[in-house]
Amino acid sequence: MNWINLSEYLVFAVALTATVRPLGSYLAKVFAYEPTCMDRLVAPVERAIIRLIGSAARRPMKWHEYFLAFVWFGVAGTVFVFLILKLQHLLPFYRLVGKEALSTPMTDDLAVNTAISFATTTTWQAYGGETTMSYFSQIVALASQNFLAGAAGLAIGIAFIRGIATDGGGVLGNFWRDVTRAMLWVLLPLSIPGALILVWQGVPMNLHAYTTATTLQGAPQLIAQGPVAALEFIKNLGTNGGGFFNANGAHPYENPTALSNFVEMLAIVMLPAALCYTFGTMTGQRRHGWLLYGVMTLLFAFGLAGVQWAENAGNPALVRAAAPLTFAAGDAAWTGNTEGKEVRFGTAGTTLAVVATSNGATGSTAATPDSLSPLGGGIAFFNMLLGEVTYGGLGTGLISMILAALLAVFVGALMIGRAPAYLGNQIGVAEMKLITAYMLIAGMVILPLTALAVMTAAGGAGLATNGGPHGLTSIAFAYTSSFANNGQSFGGLSADSAFYNYTTSVAMLGGRFLLTLPALALAGTFAQQRRRGITSGSLPTDTGLFAVLLIATVLLVAGLNFLPLLCLGPVVEHIMLWS
Amino acid sequence: MLSSIRAVVVSMVLLTALAGLVYPLLILGLAQAFFPEQADGSLVRRDGKVIGSTLIGQQFDDARYFWGRPSATAPTPYNAAASSGTNLAPSNPQLAKDVAARGAALAKAHGNSVTPIPLDLVTASASGLDPHVTVAAMFYQVDRVAAARGIDPSAVRALVERHIEAPAFGFLGQRRVNVLAMNLALDAY
Repeated sequence: MNWINLSEYLVFAVALTATVRPLGSYLAKVFAYEPTCMDRLVAPVERAIIRLIGSAARRPMKWHEYFLAFVWFGVAGTVFVFLILKLQHLLPFYRLVGKEALSTPMTDDLAVNTAISFATTTTWQAYGGETTMSYFSQIVALASQNFLAGAAGLAIGIAFIRGIATDGGGVLGNFWRDVTRAMLWVLLPLSIPGALILVWQGVPMNLHAYTTATTLQGAPQLIAQGPVAALEFIKNLGTNGGGFFNANGAHPYENPTALSNFVEMLAIVMLPAALCYTFGTMTGQRRHGWLLYGVMTLLFAFGLAGVQWAENAGNPALVRAAAPLTFAAGDAAWTGNTEGKEVRFGTAGTTLAVVATSNGATGSTAATPDSLSPLGGGIAFFNMLLGEVTYGGLGTGLISMILAALLAVFVGALMIGRAPAYLGNQIGVAEMKLITAYMLIAGMVILPLTALAVMTAAGGAGLATNGGPHGLTSIAFAYTSSFANNGQSFGGLSADSAFYNYTTSVAMLGGRFLLTLPALALAGTFAQQRRRGITSGSLPTDTGLFAVLLIATVLLVAGLNFLPLLCLGPVVEHIMLWS
Repeated sequence: MLSSIRAVVVSMVLLTALAGLVYPLLILGLAQAFFPEQADGSLVRRDGKVIGSTLIGQQFDDARYFWGRPSATAPTPYNAAASSGTNLAPSNPQLAKDVAARGAALAKAHGNSVTPIPLDLVTASASGLDPHVTVAAMFYQVDRVAAARGIDPSAVRALVERHIEAPAFGFLGQRRVNVLAMNLALDAY
């Protein structure tokens, strides 16, 4: 690892850590309805929206009401996106780009898949943006869902925190009001400067037809244009990740410079990281909030080191095939695994993007995931399997981490013979059942779907580009990414078929709603409990020992569920490549 | 029940209007006002005609020009209306075959050079539109371009050195050269 790579990671860590406290305490104020600097600007808008929504936005909700509102909001988003996509040829701006350029047919299964995908913040894309979507679809349907679904995720995260923080009463807040506040106080105000920084760096923002250029060699070159910046920043901030273009975060119009890459990656992790502090503030346990942030950062750093090492090692198959010719080394050259990467990011920027997006439930990769080294891609895969706990999806990442902490508390307390309690909330039989259900859902959705795809002809037909252990990884990666509401894919898998469009939809719905159900139910039972004081009899949750226990729990749960899969895919491919 | 339906419909309509209409139009206005060049795609014009974008690579195979990275876009390389990488796995035999063939062709085009080959010149980019190559990839081609144009190689090398872009703030990204900008400078030389 050279010092330039290391300094990119260190500056990233410092920049992120610097935002955690101000942003985290701001979020705590926003969702405690305390005064903030934004009130004069957006409070009147909130009042107007709440008035129009009516009585439903005024009463505090129990967990099942909150959950139902969340589900209906997702259903409405899905229906809305589906209708716009199916009607896009009749809606504005379709003719501007034209039928010839938008050559991918908008089939029912693709529209269903895309609608579910964007309404669940997965933004899995079985299509290439510039060959499928009109500007109207990109912005009014897809970019707006990036905001709405992201805001709903944040609301769920906040409701979950309230459940733990509340001392009896059993209510988690009001979903409609939380979503509205997440939009007005958080996502929109951050996206305006964010999008402008990206435009400054070169991300287009126009409503022109695709440009026809005549290259220096005299050939015509059709260059896709569009209102890219309006999607680009929220795509990262809302941990969505569906790109405007097929190449997503690797496209020079989506991610023009190493600086834009840095900003976009920071946008992915910023809010989920800040929620650790929000959690600490709302529960009155700041040290524990910082501990969660520290654990996440440590796991993130492991990922960086692993991917960096794997990608720097290069590809021995290329060296063997090119002999007697050799490849350049030295300062001016780029060594390592350069296939499917972009020169402007280098290995460091690419590594940062791989780790941030795979951990952050965001599908916008700055490289081609398929062409990553077996272990580099394997770490991205493993990050998603961990439940995206570092720093995770907006709102949902913190939930995954706290669920792991609950399990760690339970195990730890039993080991030393104490009654398990988390921040004053008792973990009894009912709570443990919900925690266990939450932990088991991932394996119960991902593994059967993978098995189904591997065993059927329709599933096997997707492996048009790569086969062998890598093929298995591509299929498992697809369902994991869908379930984790991440959305990145090994693009060599031909996923625009009825089979993959419908089966990945199942995984996306499972990841969004099946996971939220036990999480909110748990928050509901905690909200009913009176919080007891933390005494010398409780297992301390703000010590280095607990951090170790937490990391072990996170790794163990994912490891027990998925180790065979990881061995048969990435590990076998690595051994084959290097033997 | 009725109040829930109202809440779903009203919140969807209002929040979508905010995020899908008001916000993008605001960004469009601000972007066009403050950064019109970038907002329109950083297009490059020569003699009034659009010849490309500084951010989007284009296909070069003429001996008089510096060449960029292999592009996997279909149906032609550097199709900026359908970005794509190869999606080939590192273990895919096709990748090794393609890279070896590109390496051999590159060496042949450079007077059967045995100089070590810059990897970026034989591996495809993620977008298929990478506008840059490394400094090593530029130096590798200097003698060929100089010979094809009948210019002194040291002058071409000096031109390359003037076009090197440093990492932002010294640590973001790597040292690189924009191929289109370099070739424009060659034409103007």
